Amino acid sequence: MSSGAATARPTAFRPSWVARAGWLVFLAYVIYAASVLDFTWDRFVVGLEQGARFVARMFPPDTSPDKMKLMARGLYESLEIAIIASALGIVLSLPIGLLAARNLMPAWVTWPTRLFIALCRSFHQVIIAIVFVKAVGFGALAGILALTVASIGFVAKLFAEAIEEISLKQVEAIRATGASFMNVVVYGVMPQVLTRFVGFATYQVDSNLRNSTMVGIVGAGGIGGTMFAAFQKFDYDFLLTILLAIIAMIMLSEALQNRVKRLFQ
Amino acid sequence: MSVAAVDREWRRYTGAQRLGRFALYFGIVAACVVSLRTVEIIPEFLYDAHEQVADLLKRMWPIAWDHYPKGVHDALIETLHIATLGTILAIVMAVPLGVLAAHNIVPNAAINYFAKFLLVSSRSVNSLVWALLFVAVFGPGALAGTLAIAFRSIGFVGKLFGEALEETRSGPVEALKAAGAPWMSIFLKGYWPQVVPAFWAIALFRWDISVRESAVLGLVGAGGIGMAIDTAMNLFQWDRVAVMLVAIFAVVLVAELIVTWIRKRII
Repeated sequence: MSSGAATARPTAFRPSWVARAGWLVFLAYVIYAASVLDFTWDRFVVGLEQGARFVARMFPPDTSPDKMKLMARGLYESLEIAIIASALGIVLSLPIGLLAARNLMPAWVTWPTRLFIALCRSFHQVIIAIVFVKAVGFGALAGILALTVASIGFVAKLFAEAIEEISLKQVEAIRATGASFMNVVVYGVMPQVLTRFVGFATYQVDSNLRNSTMVGIVGAGGIGGTMFAAFQKFDYDFLLTILLAIIAMIMLSEALQNRVKRLFQ
Repeated sequence: MSVAAVDREWRRYTGAQRLGRFALYFGIVAACVVSLRTVEIIPEFLYDAHEQVADLLKRMWPIAWDHYPKGVHDALIETLHIATLGTILAIVMAVPLGVLAAHNIVPNAAINYFAKFLLVSSRSVNSLVWALLFVAVFGPGALAGTLAIAFRSIGFVGKLFGEALEETRSGPVEALKAAGAPWMSIFLKGYWPQVVPAFWAIALFRWDISVRESAVLGLVGAGGIGMAIDTAMNLFQWDRVAVMLVAIFAVVLVAELIVTWIRKRII
């Protein structure tokens, strides 16, 4: 047995010096970065005063009829952008995701497809929208194309990963019956991944709805343009109306999604 | 055996379920058709789209690499600082909120709902909108961007962290309680070790998203490389925009590699 009272009782939770050094490095970084970005207490205090003035100018929210009409048109366009972009993006993601699955396709197909998906994914929707605004002009079309590209980047990537995780036994069984490639996909692959695909698709619809209210900032249609204009004209009371409307729309869509999910359980 | 029993048709779903599904499919198709018919697309803009793209590429080429050290590098580093500091700030604020939202740690429904309400409101405002608000409050610059990233991330981190806390086993916690451990010890030695992997996964995932988002915050004046892009675009210096896009692409790629590497090592 142990030598007893003479030796000190070992502590149950030993301090880790590596972790403590890590915390020090972390703290040093925070202080360094804050000083580089010029965060000072004075700016914060000045900001608080300005913030109070900003909030005061936001109230009461502007609900004059012409402004409401402007907002309704913007919101409706955002909704259209989100719906069309989601439909296009999700439909295109099916074949693209399939082409990127390494367990079904040869390497010379998957590599270019995976590169394309990575390219779609790596830029923020608003940056993609900038490029499309230049290509097809201001308006909803640029927003639709930008969000379609972003949808492909997300849904196709996860869809390909889902396909790579399927059990190949069923695929082999169907192949053994002499089925064509399309039959293998429809009866061997899709039943295994369809529920996950629906999950990614609903998530993307939600994400598109949120982002369709933003792409307008760079001129790609929807409520974002109206919002940014109101901000630049110091129309803060109208800005608040728009923000509340956007939040209400997103919460409404979340409630709707929950109903839909319950439908499929 | 009666004839009716033999002829009975078996269906997988009840009538109400089938009706609900049909309504959903019908709604989806109707929404797509209505949107396509009413959306305002000016076809004249489409006719010269290929010319515009060619023009864009011609203006972007050759990429102005020599502009990188002058106008891009500092903005890029600022973007990274915004993303990192914003995420750290978010975690500092989100961990207490996540604890308050977890019903097994704080058994008070009112507090749970209040914390969840704060988390939902943080998430339902886009980071660009947060940036607009903070630009109005603190003026253009990195401070607004950092706070925008932080306030958008609170909801994300807090929600996932709270859910991880709710999934912990109660065994170690009860053992600590039985030993008479104070509240802080119960949290640090009972709950925390169980959620550490989830915590790091959430933090890294959010950092990765923040890096992408911080690149666009500058479009509304919240600092970082977005501001440089905005300026170059307004001056039609597309060759400079091109070098910035390449820089963002590289940074996002490196961030993803770092996240994957750390995840493999510590999770």
